[in-house]
Amino acid sequence: MSDLSYKVIVGLEIHVQLATRTKMFCGCALSFGEEANSRVCPVCLGMPGSLPVMNKQAVEYAMLAALALHCEVASFTKWDRKSYYYPDLPKNYQISQYDLPLGSGGYIEIPLEGGRTKRIRLIRAHLEEDAGKNLHTAGSFSQVDLNRAGTPLLEIVTEPDMNSAAEVRALAVELQRIVRYLGVSEADMQKGHMRFEPNINLLIERAGLQFRTPIVEVKNLNSFRALERSVAYETQRQLDVFLETGITMQMGNKSTRGWNDADETTVLQREKEEAHDYRYFPDPDLVPVTTTPEWLDEIRSRLCELPVARQMRYVGEYGLSDYDAGVLTAERATAEFFEQTVVAGADPKRVCNLLTQAGLKLANERGCDMSALGIAPAAVANLAQMADAGTVSATAASTILQAMTETGKAPELLAEEMNLVQTSDAGELERIVDQVLAENVQAVEDVVSGGKKSKKARGFLLGQVIQKTKGQANPKVVSEILDRKLS
Amino acid sequence: MQQQIDADQVRKVAKLGRLELTDAEVEAFTEQLGAILAYVEKMNELDTTDVEPLAHCLPISNVFRDDVVGPSLGTDNALANAPQRDGSFFKVPKILDDSSGA
Ligand SMILES: [Zn+2]
Repeated sequence: MSDLSYKVIVGLEIHVQLATRTKMFCGCALSFGEEANSRVCPVCLGMPGSLPVMNKQAVEYAMLAALALHCEVASFTKWDRKSYYYPDLPKNYQISQYDLPLGSGGYIEIPLEGGRTKRIRLIRAHLEEDAGKNLHTAGSFSQVDLNRAGTPLLEIVTEPDMNSAAEVRALAVELQRIVRYLGVSEADMQKGHMRFEPNINLLIERAGLQFRTPIVEVKNLNSFRALERSVAYETQRQLDVFLETGITMQMGNKSTRGWNDADETTVLQREKEEAHDYRYFPDPDLVPVTTTPEWLDEIRSRLCELPVARQMRYVGEYGLSDYDAGVLTAERATAEFFEQTVVAGADPKRVCNLLTQAGLKLANERGCDMSALGIAPAAVANLAQMADAGTVSATAASTILQAMTETGKAPELLAEEMNLVQTSDAGELERIVDQVLAENVQAVEDVVSGGKKSKKARGFLLGQVIQKTKGQANPKVVSEILDRKLS
Repeated sequence: MQQQIDADQVRKVAKLGRLELTDAEVEAFTEQLGAILAYVEKMNELDTTDVEPLAHCLPISNVFRDDVVGPSLGTDNALANAPQRDGSFFKVPKILDDSSGA
């Protein structure tokens, strides 16, 4: 097997729940955790005679996302019925878009190691309604909750351009970042706002010949971890099966597998032969959507700088590490807050440390974003400048930041009140250094004579000075004075 | 004119529509559906070279509503006509192959 090489080929289907207040075709509120079947009406229950009406916000969110994903937005699009029977689908068809999707083509840039990016092409992005939920925990029967039925979803289908589990995960994370930036989805994984279905197979080269393993679609993954693990698992499983059986991709041998979260394996799902005969046809209950250039321009004006571009800019323009830039751009609110502090005069690296080490932790604890912490960017910029000037230590700056969120007071005031102002006054510090040196003759001798006790003794003297100032001496300044006096 | 639909296709369509047909019904529907399709086939005689495809019979588009919450039925009303309920849920026969979700 020494001449065998392979690569995994993955395309993704992703369903993203849009952040509208109401469902796609009726006025029922979107809900999570409400009493089962409480948010339903004749339209989303599929009652005879009821008629769907499009939610304009959902269409505009989908247009905005399509523009951000560099799709071509159709000037004319329509709705089609996808027919299948399932208890969670009350009408026995799902309203979707078949041959004229809202968005076609496009791409997502995903960040790779070392600041590089890779472009993953998209096939399409279209709108559709979600189904309800089946629950199988009740023993000899199943339960159906239709609160979710009719929720607007954006379905995004990529080309098979990903070649590792890590790339697949990166795409999912990047898409989450994009839709959150745009405000078109909360993309909360816990609430099932993003669901993934990877199509996976291997391209194997052996003895100069190429083989493709049968494509496997893994259904309904709802976490980044499950997505990444399932691709890694399938890669190994398909390689093993190929080595054992030599079976390659043919018409009709694509299969569907489910993900078992407990033992992190995929399990073959049996599907009825005719399951994919969806008999699409135009929905006569809904009129088409035409997107005029004016309307598109208006939507385009709501676009913002996308996260990956922002991340690269922070590395290039501000000299931040790739990691820090990634953390700051993960949420739009954080990135915008950061930029406002820089505009207000803060050093990007200093304020980056303040925000990543203290600010985000506070926001996380309080379950809010940076902009809701009750601190003004200008005040944080002041604090960053105080830390730069050595008026407060880096540790003290974090403490002051927290106090700012609690009291709303200015950083200068808090530094005074909390006794966190560092003394950098060389004259005063010099006096204290002299006093400490006079009181610790032995330590001074140890330092001056060099040898193995020297380093420890110097540290002791520095500590004494800091102690005498009750921690308010700027260690850098004290260190300089000590160096001068002991050399 | 060639036959428009055969018995196997009728059986397949019936299966997709969850309809159980007897052999006699399959035979009858094959003939009836065949006649309907042959009738519709006449449309192919028209020259549609310069006719735009039509997605909807009404010459209108963009009928929207605002994203404003309206009243829902509530659980009891929603379940009032259900053959069976289990608490707040519709109760249905056990689903074995769960390929649910959009
Ligand atoms: Zn409804």
